[in-house]
Amino acid sequence: MRETWSRWVSDWRWAVLICLAFLVLFLPIPVNATTTRERIFHIQASRFEYSPAMLSVNPGDRVTIELIATDVVHGLSIDGYDLETTANPGQTARLTFIADRQGSFRFRCTVTCGNMHPFMIGKLQVGQNALLWRGALLAGLVLIAGAWRAWK
Amino acid sequence: MNKLQEAPCLEGVSPDYNEIASSLRPPFGERINLFSFPWIRPLLQSRWPQFLIRALALAGFVFTIAAGLFGSRVGSHNFAIIIVWIAWWTALKLAFIPLGGRSWCSICPIPLPGEWLQQGGIFTKSRQRFGLNLRWPKRLKGSWLQSSGFLLIGLFSAITLTDARVTAWVLLGLFGLAIGLSLVFERRAFCSYLCPIGGFSGIYAKTAPVEVRVVDTAICAAHSEKTCYHNCPWGLYPVALRDSAQCGLCMECLRSCPRDNIAINLRLFGTDLLNNTGQVSKSSRLDEAFLALVMLGSALAFSAVFIGPWGSLKSAAYAIGSSTWLLYGMGFLTLNLLVMPGFFALAVWASQRWAGSKTQLRRAITGQSPVLLPLGLFAWIAFTISFAFPKMNYVLSVLSDPLGWGWNLLGTANTTWSPEVSGFSPMLQVTLLLIGLYWSTSVAHRLAKTGNQPNIQKTLPVMAFCMAFSLAMLWLLVG
Repeated sequence: MRETWSRWVSDWRWAVLICLAFLVLFLPIPVNATTTRERIFHIQASRFEYSPAMLSVNPGDRVTIELIATDVVHGLSIDGYDLETTANPGQTARLTFIADRQGSFRFRCTVTCGNMHPFMIGKLQVGQNALLWRGALLAGLVLIAGAWRAWK
Repeated sequence: MNKLQEAPCLEGVSPDYNEIASSLRPPFGERINLFSFPWIRPLLQSRWPQFLIRALALAGFVFTIAAGLFGSRVGSHNFAIIIVWIAWWTALKLAFIPLGGRSWCSICPIPLPGEWLQQGGIFTKSRQRFGLNLRWPKRLKGSWLQSSGFLLIGLFSAITLTDARVTAWVLLGLFGLAIGLSLVFERRAFCSYLCPIGGFSGIYAKTAPVEVRVVDTAICAAHSEKTCYHNCPWGLYPVALRDSAQCGLCMECLRSCPRDNIAINLRLFGTDLLNNTGQVSKSSRLDEAFLALVMLGSALAFSAVFIGPWGSLKSAAYAIGSSTWLLYGMGFLTLNLLVMPGFFALAVWASQRWAGSKTQLRRAITGQSPVLLPLGLFAWIAFTISFAFPKMNYVLSVLSDPLGWGWNLLGTANTTWSPEVSGFSPMLQVTLLLIGLYWSTSVAHRLAKTGNQPNIQKTLPVMAFCMAFSLAMLWLLVG
């Protein structure tokens, strides 16, 4: 009887952890109500780096990126957004889009500009990075599960 | 190579077959001996299939060096860069190691010419052999040199991974070193003690579901000729194998055993991390713990340099010899030699202190090191997905135009197709990091299970170390 009870308690705790994991996975993260804005970024692209390399906007913002290549031809495409532009040295290329996908997205150079070209990367953050938060919370649950198994 | 593996034959010590037999009992689940399948057996028994694959790999290796030396200097248009650092590196981390352990070593072309010279023939040893056949110095045994080699590659990674000439010279250097060492030292000294990829494959081979083991230790005990040991290019005695870190899966022991007493087993993932009682594997050593920590530190550093948005860090890593590169190098070495080992030692020390254990810290660190392996393996897989997948279109392109000279041999030179990874890649990376963390916490839990103290005290600080590493990787990869 005691064994059955402890097993039930044990299962019950696991069930709680699994429920929490599902909550972390599927519970919508509250979004601060913000009015959408027009955002303009002037990005200087030189060999292997964008400046600024980290952009942060709110979901729904109308974003314009002005890409200025300072040395050789550079490009810019954003993962998750079907967008691309190319800037010749000294010229400005313009890219406008609505930031309708939330999360953290890498943008990359699309024109071979040197040896480190494949790693010329920047980051666009639209609203909260839900995936990072969910991942971190799940990692916390994994630690709790591990600690709880050790506690038994 | 651990003492148990090399002691019986190299040092003239008689192995304790009873102890070995007890340690060989399956810890969880049974093994499936692939060598017993009639359709697999001839493929492994004959040297020809393996030889053909290795000969092709050797031809590809020589062509890669030639492409690196004489092809386009633009990395993304050169066969050497794309095939080595995108295709092969991805295959190694996503397939060869997690599924086959050191399976790449069984077809690696680098030691081939040296081995042929060493044995004076391609398949069998002839009377006319080359080389001094010296023993590898005892002081240089272990994986310390492999860790150093990996750190050296890490220091120059930005240029090695992107400059075709440098890649070619690195490959040529490894090739020359392997041949040179074969002519001076016995067996595969280069593979066992120097090859950084061998070190990388070796420690993570402990997590893989493949092993070579003897079927019945009593048969080995009665077999005085020890043909398996004498034919093993790695100098291993199969009956004493405690883990798969050093076994290159060359299958020579299977072929040479007159009693049909060697098996190539399929087993559960991670079997080597714990022995049959769930205790620490006796084969864990300080040099392997250090190598595992170097792998964790390198995964963090490579993720920051290659996936991160910090252009100045990339420029510093690329500008070899400059003051910024020196700063980068100091940071890289500090992370790998001080920060990672320091924090892990602190976690183990806290565990020991909290649990009131009197185990020597060095031994405790060694004992806890298997915890680092699933974490590291999955971190490298997650890193590879974001590193290599977006560049897969280059593979088709360089197959058609390997030297970047404007050829279009297969009609795929201008391929722009690339796997659409932006949607699922970050989710996959998070999932992989969580699997690695869960697996590591499970190993930590099992390692502490047999002690008298409550497990929580022994495991929590080490689990917290794993969690901190996972969070850092999460931030670097999807943050």
